[in-house]
Amino acid sequence: MSPLLELHGVEKSFGAVQVLRGVDLSVHAGRVTALVGDNGAGKSTLVKGMAGIHLFDAGDYLFEGEPVKVTNPKDAAALGIEVVYQDLALCDNLDVVHNMFLGREMKRLRLVDEDTMEQRARETLDGLSVRTLKSVRTPVASLSGGQRQTVAIARAVLWNSKLVILDEPTAALGVAQTEQVLRLVRRLADRGLGVLLISHNLNDVFEVADDIAVLYLGGMVGQIEAASTTRERVVQAITTGVVPEGGAA
Amino acid sequence: MSIDTDDPTVAAAPDPEPDNSLGGIFRAYLAKLRGGEVGSLPAVLGLIALVLVFSSLRPEQFTNSFNFANLIGQSAGVTVLAMGLVFVLLLGEIDLSAGFAGGTCAGVLGVFLTRQEWPLIPALLAALLTGALIGLIIGLLVARLGIPSFVVTLAAFLGLQGVLLTMIGEGGTIPIRNDFINGLNNANLPVWLGWVLGIVCIVGYAALTYITDARRRAKNLTVQPILLWALKAGLLTVVVLAVVGYLSVERSRNPALTSLKGVPVSLVVIVGLLILLTFTLTRTAWGRHVYAVGGNAEAARRAGINVFRVRLSCFILCSTMAAVAGIMIASRTNSVNPNTGGETTLLYAVGAAVIGGTSLFGGKGRVIDAVIGGTVVAVIDNGMGLLDQPQGTVWMVTGLVLLVAASVDALSRRRASATGHV
Repeated sequence: MSPLLELHGVEKSFGAVQVLRGVDLSVHAGRVTALVGDNGAGKSTLVKGMAGIHLFDAGDYLFEGEPVKVTNPKDAAALGIEVVYQDLALCDNLDVVHNMFLGREMKRLRLVDEDTMEQRARETLDGLSVRTLKSVRTPVASLSGGQRQTVAIARAVLWNSKLVILDEPTAALGVAQTEQVLRLVRRLADRGLGVLLISHNLNDVFEVADDIAVLYLGGMVGQIEAASTTRERVVQAITTGVVPEGGAA
Repeated sequence: MSIDTDDPTVAAAPDPEPDNSLGGIFRAYLAKLRGGEVGSLPAVLGLIALVLVFSSLRPEQFTNSFNFANLIGQSAGVTVLAMGLVFVLLLGEIDLSAGFAGGTCAGVLGVFLTRQEWPLIPALLAALLTGALIGLIIGLLVARLGIPSFVVTLAAFLGLQGVLLTMIGEGGTIPIRNDFINGLNNANLPVWLGWVLGIVCIVGYAALTYITDARRRAKNLTVQPILLWALKAGLLTVVVLAVVGYLSVERSRNPALTSLKGVPVSLVVIVGLLILLTFTLTRTAWGRHVYAVGGNAEAARRAGINVFRVRLSCFILCSTMAAVAGIMIASRTNSVNPNTGGETTLLYAVGAAVIGGTSLFGGKGRVIDAVIGGTVVAVIDNGMGLLDQPQGTVWMVTGLVLLVAASVDALSRRRASATGHV
């Protein structure tokens, strides 16, 4: 099966600083691909390029086998790529429904269709087996970290998206909430979506990921199947930029 | 708030049966207040307190219906200005130039209507377009160039003051003789029409909210308890009937000479704008985007909202509303002078919006806040005047009230962030 998303030889510079040097990456539908790498390895830049926030300077961007041009976040959304950022990008003063439909409000007679929006938000949350939110009309400000993450992820899958990119979804969460979010991540892949999970936490990575892609100083060290490798090898790849002997690259 | 604790392992049933009794509604409201969501409550309580104080100190003058109608007319300009300012404040920005923008637009109206003898409609359009143009320039400087709105509008405040002075001439006055313009803030509706409009408001509100609630209940969506609907509709009925009733009383000192009764046209203008702007802010996607940009501009940008356009449109709307306010002020005095929209107009308007519960930090506020706050400011101004207080005292008291309102805003935000509400 051809990958859902493929990058070939992607490059990106900010002025004199070259952040990405010929990165290759592939994400498959129905699988969780973890993108790991140390600080400054270029993970965020890579994600922002895929999301259309930055433009890659060079390289091929293929989605479902077709070369595509993603020049702004709307292009990415049109393809079915949704990004959940680390800071979640939620508006605290709006409720769950309005956050989930932010910028893409459903309309009837040119007015915001609150009824349909609320129904669809409820259905999406139920479909993801989210039971921690009592009311979808609560302002996001009053939600816990895990609940916010849930809202942000639910927003990403609301639009029949094909690829969900999660930037450090568990960074600020406690143990129980991390568990809950990881289960949600797994459920996304089980529903057939491609999931790209950016994480520092190798425990999380090994718990949910099918593939692990290691980025080192702007270059792709290699993409490894999680089942065929060990923590030690991944740590070594992250810190030295070399896949140790015996690791299937 | 019906949200469970931070522990996500405690999976709660999605739709707990809400407590729909009177006590339940009251407890839910108290919980909201404790969470820091005070809304307009301080302003409403303050208004009641002020009215009680002035009524007891000057029972003859303050509470008579002549003064009541007078108060509405006096406050119309400031209230309309504040309604426009709400949109800019919602973004977390400020418009210091709105007062003189209104004055300048009134000046444009005066020049075309009186000096050039244009017909009413083109002159009125010219005034409103001037407002939109001022807003466009301010909005471009703030949203495109990224100059802080405080500085841009401070410059515009000084500049427009100069434009108005140049247009009218030192010490000059442009009289306005058009009956429609002068009627806006001086005339009264026929008594029967006041009653009809009042009843339309009550029935319209009650029916629309009831139908919406019933539809949502049928679809199993979140909905307010019927009792709460009844309380709100009942409260609105009492307020509207009381206001219309009181304004329908003969208030002329010499009824044989001229009869003064009926709802002032200015109140119709205020309520009309209130309904229109509230509808725009709460029911259109653009309105949602204004709140989103005010709450988290970066999140709005990433969600694909054109933040620049939202900002620009809010400044344009604010200055256009300032034009309406300027016309209301000119109508009151039947003239335009270099001080129209000057002095305390803008400060009162910003104060009104904040006193009513609009946050200076952006993202929180309603159009009705401006009306409630505007009424508070007007009552202080009017009541203190009746107490024969010198202007100095009036300003000191108004300043103090504004300070209290801003403190309530800041404290409720602290309370809100401590309890996790906004």
